[in-house]
Amino acid sequence: MEQEKMKKNPLSVQLDVSDFLPADETEKQSLVVMRESVSFWKDGMRRLLKNKVAMVSLVVIILVMIFAFILPIFYPYSYDEQLRGRENLGMMEPIPEKALALAESKGLSTFPHILGTDNMGRDYMIRVMMGTRISLLVGITASVIILFIGSLYGAIAGYFGGKVDMMMMRLVDIIYTVPDILIIILLSVTLKYPLKQLAADYPAMFGWIETVGVGLVCIFIVFALLYWVGMARIVRSQILILKEQEYVTAAKALGAGSGHIIRKHLLTNCIGTLIVTTTLQIPSSIFTESFLSFIGLGVAAPMTSLGSLASAAIGGISSYPHRLLIPALMISLIILSFNLLGDGLRDAFDPKLKN
Amino acid sequence: MSNQPLLNIEHLRLSFFTPAGEVKALNDVSFQLEQGDVLGIVGESGSGKSVTAYSIMGLTAYPGRIVGGEIHFNGHEIHKMTEKEMRSIRGKEVSIIFQDPMTSLNPVYTIGNQICEVIRLHTNKTKEQAHARAVELLSLVGINEPERRLKQYPHELSGGMRQRVMIAIALACEPKLLIADEPTTALDVTIQAQILELMMELKKKIGMSIIMITHDLGVVSNMCDKIAVMYAGKIVEYGTADDIFYNPQHEYTRGLLTSIPKLNATEHERLVPIEGQPVDLLNPPAGCPFAPRCKSCMKICLREMPPYTHFSEDHYSACWLTQKKEFEARKGGDRT
Amino acid sequence: MGKFIIKRVLSAIVTIFLVATITFFLMFLVPGGPFLSEKAPSAETLAALEAKYGLDQPVPVQYVNYMERLIHGDLGTSLKKRGLEVNDIIATGFPVSAKVGGIAIAGAVLIGVPLGSVAALNRGKPLDNIIMVVATCGIAVPSFVMATVLMVTFGVQLGWLPTMGLSGPLSYIMPCIALAFYPTAYISRLMRSSMLDVLGQDYMRTARAKGLSQFVMLFKHALRNAILPVVTYLGPLLAYTLTGSFVIEKIFTIPGLGSEFIGSITSRDYPLIMGTTIFLAFLIIMMNVIVDIVYKLIDPRIKLK
Repeated sequence: MEQEKMKKNPLSVQLDVSDFLPADETEKQSLVVMRESVSFWKDGMRRLLKNKVAMVSLVVIILVMIFAFILPIFYPYSYDEQLRGRENLGMMEPIPEKALALAESKGLSTFPHILGTDNMGRDYMIRVMMGTRISLLVGITASVIILFIGSLYGAIAGYFGGKVDMMMMRLVDIIYTVPDILIIILLSVTLKYPLKQLAADYPAMFGWIETVGVGLVCIFIVFALLYWVGMARIVRSQILILKEQEYVTAAKALGAGSGHIIRKHLLTNCIGTLIVTTTLQIPSSIFTESFLSFIGLGVAAPMTSLGSLASAAIGGISSYPHRLLIPALMISLIILSFNLLGDGLRDAFDPKLKN
Repeated sequence: MSNQPLLNIEHLRLSFFTPAGEVKALNDVSFQLEQGDVLGIVGESGSGKSVTAYSIMGLTAYPGRIVGGEIHFNGHEIHKMTEKEMRSIRGKEVSIIFQDPMTSLNPVYTIGNQICEVIRLHTNKTKEQAHARAVELLSLVGINEPERRLKQYPHELSGGMRQRVMIAIALACEPKLLIADEPTTALDVTIQAQILELMMELKKKIGMSIIMITHDLGVVSNMCDKIAVMYAGKIVEYGTADDIFYNPQHEYTRGLLTSIPKLNATEHERLVPIEGQPVDLLNPPAGCPFAPRCKSCMKICLREMPPYTHFSEDHYSACWLTQKKEFEARKGGDRT
Repeated sequence: MGKFIIKRVLSAIVTIFLVATITFFLMFLVPGGPFLSEKAPSAETLAALEAKYGLDQPVPVQYVNYMERLIHGDLGTSLKKRGLEVNDIIATGFPVSAKVGGIAIAGAVLIGVPLGSVAALNRGKPLDNIIMVVATCGIAVPSFVMATVLMVTFGVQLGWLPTMGLSGPLSYIMPCIALAFYPTAYISRLMRSSMLDVLGQDYMRTARAKGLSQFVMLFKHALRNAILPVVTYLGPLLAYTLTGSFVIEKIFTIPGLGSEFIGSITSRDYPLIMGTTIFLAFLIIMMNVIVDIVYKLIDPRIKLK
């Protein structure tokens, strides 16, 4: 009845009765090229592995870490060893005869000074290694501190919401508007004394402060005091979105406690954001550390960091430019690699964070 | 001109050239639209409804490109026009209303600024005349206190209000054709009805043609003269609203109809969803794109693209089932 | 609007007050109080000094006195530069720093915004890639690294540009580039991503559907929205430029506020450290107020609170 007005269609192919037999399921499915469904992590990892820039950065970071943490173990010089007669050697400059004789009598190494020595006769290569180590340690430790304080603070504020959130975020707003670098400088200048005092008075409990270096401890304290607010804001906004999700309501209905929900459901779900933000925090911490070291507020001599190496090299810039350029390039390389890796992680795991 | 349809799309092919390969978004789309008619384009997400509409305005987003076919609109050969030539048509002869009124207005300019902008661009009106026209337009689309509203920013208006502003912008230069790309999807149900009513009212007043893009058959049923059902970049069935609703010929159309809830349904009547996922347009199958999801799929469906079967002047569909009936009828005829 | 400004200014005053208080109490951590150096002075000198600066009075009284002086704009007397008021040191040093910093900020915005926009408009093309590679490297280079590299190359090796002081227009080139390099790179990246974001917005499609020209779309509809993140960055940018000037001025021996500040840290000139900190904090906080107001002017969505 419907086909009353049917028109004849010129068919492009010869048709057979068998063509009009019903097709079976397998035939049907063979047509559908289904893309396999993959989990969030697998998908992210795959995207990350495909990202050449991020992978190269990762390799560079690993190489830098080997350079800073493993090579010094096998290196024949130590960072604070002052070799008499070998002061101010240039790159690959042979050790003077006198110093060679001295080394023989004292059983010192005569391994070539690849990057020369500084004005106190310390091997520059090992100093760059140690400086890199300190800079990396500061960057990573500071970021972990920030991650810990910031995510906890943000999670609590976001989870409880309402008045708690308002009060907590007001504090964040205030800290946010305080010019941080100035306060960091101020703290670094002033905290030295009480910290030294503390280490001297209670060597058993706070002796480590001297070992780590008062300057470094200052840096950690100021990072812990001021730099977590950005992280807290990010985590809070994530939690605010996440806690509206059904599975959190479900967990609540099942009688789960707040702590459990924060840890199990909320933090695990913003872990992508946390990883990305922490990775991007590392270069910015290194940046700040090198700045502080450069203006003379970082680690105490003879310990060194890339910033203080650069700072010390300024005096002899016309005769020994490499002493400045090498730590400077190292800082830039580390920051660049972490930035690029962070960008890659963000693209892979947290596309919505972009920009 | 007089016997030419307002819009004539012939064998339009459009692809997006993505890094993963060529996505064939439109695959041989043809239809006509007469002056004053309302055409509904129905289909699920990714079926090519919006892409078809955007191509009429030359708004195809990068990396999309028309790879074949022709678009004739109001005496223009759209497929041959440059971006610069298109500009004189957009907003003047053909306008569009987008899905999300919340984001379709620029947040940093007042409503008045955004309406007057298009008036002054396409007409020789002075600032004052444009302003007067904007006031007139706002009252036309049912916004009260137009003078005050013109000074407001988009975020100060509700969603329904913003969509009315979008309609005002679209109608500012009395276009021949208005494209409505899911104009009510983002709105509350009560507001939806108001907006649709407004559009029909304005159509009567101004007499433009409308292309109504939606995935909601309910919306098109009482508005449209003609309906095109799209699936995977193809029009699978075309007909009058009556044809489509009471005499559907394509399995996909039938599936769409059974998946609409009915008020008068008996207790045991169930909604029947269409099982499965739409095809991957990166590697479209050789045969009918709907075959993998079709309940009555036959061997031929997997191999060959079905041709159109015409049931009346303007009711046709592309399905091997109707071809089968014809084939059997012919066979039977041969025997006798 | 007036209410908004008053509110922002009031909260800025609270923050400045907070910074001043922190500064004051931090100085008590230094042995011998805020006005003394590490070397223990003789008992008589100490008593004389304490009397002079009112240090023999209880801490709350000292605090009130200090705050009172602060409100009158008196930042105290330098300890190491005998007889010099901190106010005078700032008055001579700041204009020098402001000149270099101002050029750097203006340069960063005027170069960064167009670069980022051009990159966004040429997304994926070689021009975009070149700009982004340079900008990505740019944000990895601390200003002191840039400064020293410039100095070694153009000052020491090639000898084209003066390495010290601010004697003529030529001597501004290196400090300004060194200071502006990082923020220029940062702004380019910021501008690119925000421009890409804006270009993908529905209202840009609306603008195109209206038949507007590329020029109007870009300069009227896109730029005003895309520049918002850059406006918010102006506050941190000023802070960066000020602190950056510390090292830049040290490296290029520019007699600005930055080198005074570094000098005061090295010589433990606490009144100068405190005074400069409070002055700079005041500048940065006030800049943030101005940025908030400008933001409000550009983006009507921001609610007046």
